[in-house]
Amino acid sequence: MSVNTGSIDGEKLKLKRRSGFTDTNLLLIITIAVFFVMYVCAVVFLKKGFTKPQMFFNILNENASLLVLSCGMTLVMITGGIDISVGQVTSLVCMACAVHLEQNGGNVFSSMCIALAIGLAFGVVQGFLVAYLEFQPFIVTLAGLFFAKGMTTIISSDRISVTNDAFVKLSKYEVEIPFLGSVNKKGIFIPAYVEVGVVVALVVVILLFIVLRWTKLGRNFYAVGGNNQSANMLGINVKLTKFLAHVLCGLCAGIGGYLFFLHACSGSPLHAQGAEMNAIASSIIGGTLLSGGVGNIVGTLFGVLSLSTIKMIVTSLGFDDPWWTNITVAAMLCLFLLVQSVILARKNRSKK
Amino acid sequence: MTDKQISSGNSVKGFLGKMVSNQLFIPLAALLLLVLFNLVADPTFFKIALEPSSTGNLILSGNIITIIDNASELAILAIGMTLVTSASGGQDISVGSAIAIAGSVVLRIVKGQPADISSLSFYGMLFGAFLLCVAVSAAFGAFNGALVAYFKIQPMVATLILFTAGRSIAAWINNNDNISINDTRFGYFGNFIPGIPVPTPVFITIICLVVIALVLKFTNLRLYSQAVGINASSSRLNGINPKSIKLLSFIILGICVAVCGFIKVSRTSSITYSVIANNIEMDAILAVALGGNNLGGGKFNLTASVIGAYVIQFLTTTLFKFKVSSSAISAYKAVVVILLIIMSAPIVRKWFADRRNRRLAAKAESATGKEVA
Repeated sequence: MSVNTGSIDGEKLKLKRRSGFTDTNLLLIITIAVFFVMYVCAVVFLKKGFTKPQMFFNILNENASLLVLSCGMTLVMITGGIDISVGQVTSLVCMACAVHLEQNGGNVFSSMCIALAIGLAFGVVQGFLVAYLEFQPFIVTLAGLFFAKGMTTIISSDRISVTNDAFVKLSKYEVEIPFLGSVNKKGIFIPAYVEVGVVVALVVVILLFIVLRWTKLGRNFYAVGGNNQSANMLGINVKLTKFLAHVLCGLCAGIGGYLFFLHACSGSPLHAQGAEMNAIASSIIGGTLLSGGVGNIVGTLFGVLSLSTIKMIVTSLGFDDPWWTNITVAAMLCLFLLVQSVILARKNRSKK
Repeated sequence: MTDKQISSGNSVKGFLGKMVSNQLFIPLAALLLLVLFNLVADPTFFKIALEPSSTGNLILSGNIITIIDNASELAILAIGMTLVTSASGGQDISVGSAIAIAGSVVLRIVKGQPADISSLSFYGMLFGAFLLCVAVSAAFGAFNGALVAYFKIQPMVATLILFTAGRSIAAWINNNDNISINDTRFGYFGNFIPGIPVPTPVFITIICLVVIALVLKFTNLRLYSQAVGINASSSRLNGINPKSIKLLSFIILGICVAVCGFIKVSRTSSITYSVIANNIEMDAILAVALGGNNLGGGKFNLTASVIGAYVIQFLTTTLFKFKVSSSAISAYKAVVVILLIIMSAPIVRKWFADRRNRRLAAKAESATGKEVA
């Protein structure tokens, strides 16, 4: 595995020792195992590029934004809600930043501020409607999705490519990974690299992991998702907790949107189509239950990795037709849902 | 004197309150609002004309006809979606993809037919295609339903599978070919039958509504699905099988989807896998929500949902009328939807009721104060 995720693995082991072997841990272990088995199989049987470390880092490069979106989604799902607006918010952020950089002559820093502000605004409004006015999260974020989609095309219906020097430099900046790399045909060692976005995404993952694991707020998320009423009786401010979960998710959508922008270097209404479904799928594969109370950021990280690995395997197997990726992703989702369902049923039976 | 005034005021308020608390109030009020808005903005909006079409038939045209015609699919979907919402307490987000599959199945059968086929065998073949499409859609509905009922997966997540794969499966069924049917008879079901000035989908919708009304009248479906939606385990103790009711609701939605898919492909005589019935799942869920149905399951009102579907189409057509581009429409729709939902939220209604009561109490108090003085 990579250097970056090593520390998280260590933390996971510690956690396992503390809480013992439970069903929800089993879900996490299955996810991680599936990812490793899949990757090893790809390395052994497919070879084509999978043996190079760069292949792994390319998965990260391409999915940095999805990773951040999924982490935000996991937070909301742990509290028992859902946010389906994140994909379109990503698209809106890309478009707003592209217009800001290209047509209004803004600089990179202010574009980052715009991205965060858009994400935060969506988070605050949706969080308020969900937590304090008690609307169904699905409906509220559905309206958010519609709104973001419409706003994106109102800003511009064309694809805008960014040529701002500072931004392109930032976008093309490669962080080299020490000791890892491959030798090309001419015998020159090319070190593996990741983009800036991946570093940001991993920082977000680690921060959220710490928040969920060791802070009061994080424990409140689990309590609220597990049982609303008992959390209330324990003196937890349920409304505030739900509100904060949505705000954090919105913030993640802002960051994820900017990372997508950084990777794509353009704004278009077609960006990040269906990203919300990928984010939900990653969270579920990572062991988060939509009913709330169960979930783990590490699981989500591996959920994203598994999802993107299987996509890559399908493409390199020669199933180039666009429908095969979707069908495999759906099959994988189906498989994980069935496993989850069986494990949960077993857990409920043992409780009785 | 004052007493009398207050009491008569109360009875008027009581009547208003009863009307406001009726479930049909929200969709009807929204419809009325839209009608008034259009009446003020442009009275010609409601003009209906009987004009010859490009093929020489006399057909009705006008915005109202367009609304009623285009809302057909949504109204049919709203039926199934309401039942699913009621029984399972969740929504099916795969209907758009499932419509793509249904349409693809129909086209797969129809495209293979020779051009000079006789009327009788053409309609026979079409009927067969329709039956196959119903069977396929019902099977996919049963797949969703089984995941929800037997594996206890939340409906939204369970249908996420088909949502992701559906359009790909639709493309796969026809090998991703662009099919267009040249036979004009195929277009009768989505457009006009020669000699009848009313669009055919309207009739299909009416048939569907009558069928579901009869089913609800003569079977226990309404009672059972509401019971399952309100409390699955207590309805099981009362001898209802919640699993099969949930499964049944998804299969009914599957049949609705098949009808919609048939109308959709008949409208254009072709299919674009990634675009057909795009976002219709969102509109269908909104129709259910607009109808004031609890999205968490339980009691439902089908009439309200169907009216909700027409309201959404009315809104879309109104926005088109004001030259809003089709992709930007969703932003305006979102604002309207949020406003409507805020209006219908129990917590907001309670706040208004409290305020009104307080004002009444204050008035009564001041009146008694005056009398004493």
